Amino acid sequence: MRNIYLIGSRELAAYFTSPVAYVFIVIFLALAGGLTFFFGNWLERGQADLQVFFVYHPYLYLFLIPAVGMRLWAEERKSGTMEFLMTLPISTGQAVIGKFIAAWIFAGIALVLTFPIWVSVNYLGNPDNGIIITAYVGSWLMAGGFLALSSSVSALTKNQVVAFVLAAVLCFVFLMSGVEIVQAFFRAWAPPKFVDAIAELSFLTNFGDLSQGVIDIRDILFFASVIAVALFINTAIVEIKKSA
Amino acid sequence: MNMLLEINSLTKRFGPITAVDNVSFSVERGEVLGFLGPNGAGKSTTMKMATGYLSPTAGDVKVCGYDVQSHPIEVKRRIGYLPEGAPLYGEMTPFSLLNFVSDIRKLSREERKHGMEHAIESLHLQRVLHQPIETLSKGYKRRVGLAQAIIHEPDVLVLDEPTDGLDPNQKHEVRELLERMASTKAIIISTHILEEVDAVCSRAIIISQGRIVADKKPSELEMESVYHNAVGIRLLNENVEKCITVMNEINEVLSVEHVDQSDELIHLVVFPKKGADILTKVNSALDENKLKVAEMYLEKGRLEDVFRDLTLNEGGVGSKGVDPTSGVKEAASHA
Repeated sequence: MRNIYLIGSRELAAYFTSPVAYVFIVIFLALAGGLTFFFGNWLERGQADLQVFFVYHPYLYLFLIPAVGMRLWAEERKSGTMEFLMTLPISTGQAVIGKFIAAWIFAGIALVLTFPIWVSVNYLGNPDNGIIITAYVGSWLMAGGFLALSSSVSALTKNQVVAFVLAAVLCFVFLMSGVEIVQAFFRAWAPPKFVDAIAELSFLTNFGDLSQGVIDIRDILFFASVIAVALFINTAIVEIKKSA
Repeated sequence: MNMLLEINSLTKRFGPITAVDNVSFSVERGEVLGFLGPNGAGKSTTMKMATGYLSPTAGDVKVCGYDVQSHPIEVKRRIGYLPEGAPLYGEMTPFSLLNFVSDIRKLSREERKHGMEHAIESLHLQRVLHQPIETLSKGYKRRVGLAQAIIHEPDVLVLDEPTDGLDPNQKHEVRELLERMASTKAIIISTHILEEVDAVCSRAIIISQGRIVADKKPSELEMESVYHNAVGIRLLNENVEKCITVMNEINEVLSVEHVDQSDELIHLVVFPKKGADILTKVNSALDENKLKVAEMYLEKGRLEDVFRDLTLNEGGVGSKGVDPTSGVKEAASHA
């Protein structure tokens, strides 16, 4: 735990010493706000909720989370600091988890900084804050899922651009597996149970309930398992690369 | 236990390339092992395996009795490692980096205080302590890398080109630091600066194409050089002819070579047969023939020369049987 904390706090501090962090946060806030107001017509809807704010999060994350996660391992490999880090008395798992948590907290900070919209909706109307909090937690969990996937992909390469593109594609697959086009593709030949299983893997499906304030333990478990499995694979990739 | 580092038949293959081929050696407390070899010989790969960064294809590494594959954390705790090129987190300052390493290495308050002071003082980091590492010069970066490697007083110190990028004064200081620490640790340094081996190492291993081609004391390596016990003479041009004749009359003399004539003086080197001690004989022969020389010196042997022999000749077994003139011509063209 101590090592995870130390690695995580070092990593988080590293995010904030680079301008990338601030650029990321500004872009995230601008896009989240812009989409809500201009595409979601949040004001015109006249409803005191943040539905149209959260509905764009999966698509925002699709590009922004790989941008946060791409550097986690690729940069270490490129600059050689991985050799410094991995010859310190820490386990690979500790490094993987520590780095992931740092990035996840960073994503959380960006998310928390959208609070003005929450303040606004409370000023303008009388929303159900329980729903909003659930949706925020769900959004953060989903960000964690995307981030864990991006982190494993990042461990595969020393090129951050490659890491970004691969991570975005992987995130896209997980995001869209519940969408009708993808489902139709599988329905043509696969047994219905398999098609349903694929739909269950969809971030969109699992985030859907949470974003509407429905706390379904299966959704939470889903994101937790995606994170756990992805980080396990991440650890394995780092280990395998040692003997390559 | 005095054998701090034991390496057994270590082999590393990258696909079809064998980078390290069946390398075995051990280092005990108090030894400073110089790890020599041309670029790409497998020095860094061996060090990466010894420190647990890479897994070997075959063979094993033991540090203080712990196997690096089965007890990586125990091993890493006992090693201080400066990786090739001293990669460090550029956005951190030396101070925050050293604190991070102290935290990870679980140093007590006392150990941290002492370790930080010692590292910062002996590597002269005071001035740059709070500057981001990426803004530092190459020499400072290298010294920060060294500082993080010694901060926890490790039993085994593995330094991959520790003096690369340092100016001569800094090199000297680092060597002094290594000498001071040598008695309590086992130290391996890789380098291609041969004078460094003479200066700090109690033992030298030369590695070529992944294989160990020599494992000796630096002085023993020098003895393998054709220059070992050779006598150099500088004298006026008019005496050269006679001097060469006189020298060739001495029994133990193998050959006499012209080296260069940069000024009015001619530089000759008299090579002995198989390391024989010819100095006194050369001296008395010069005296008897009333030959005046401007300078006369005894060669200890040239590491550079041995290094070249061992690493250029495929599977080189030493410098025996090598035409001495080849080395001399090289030296001449360098001069």
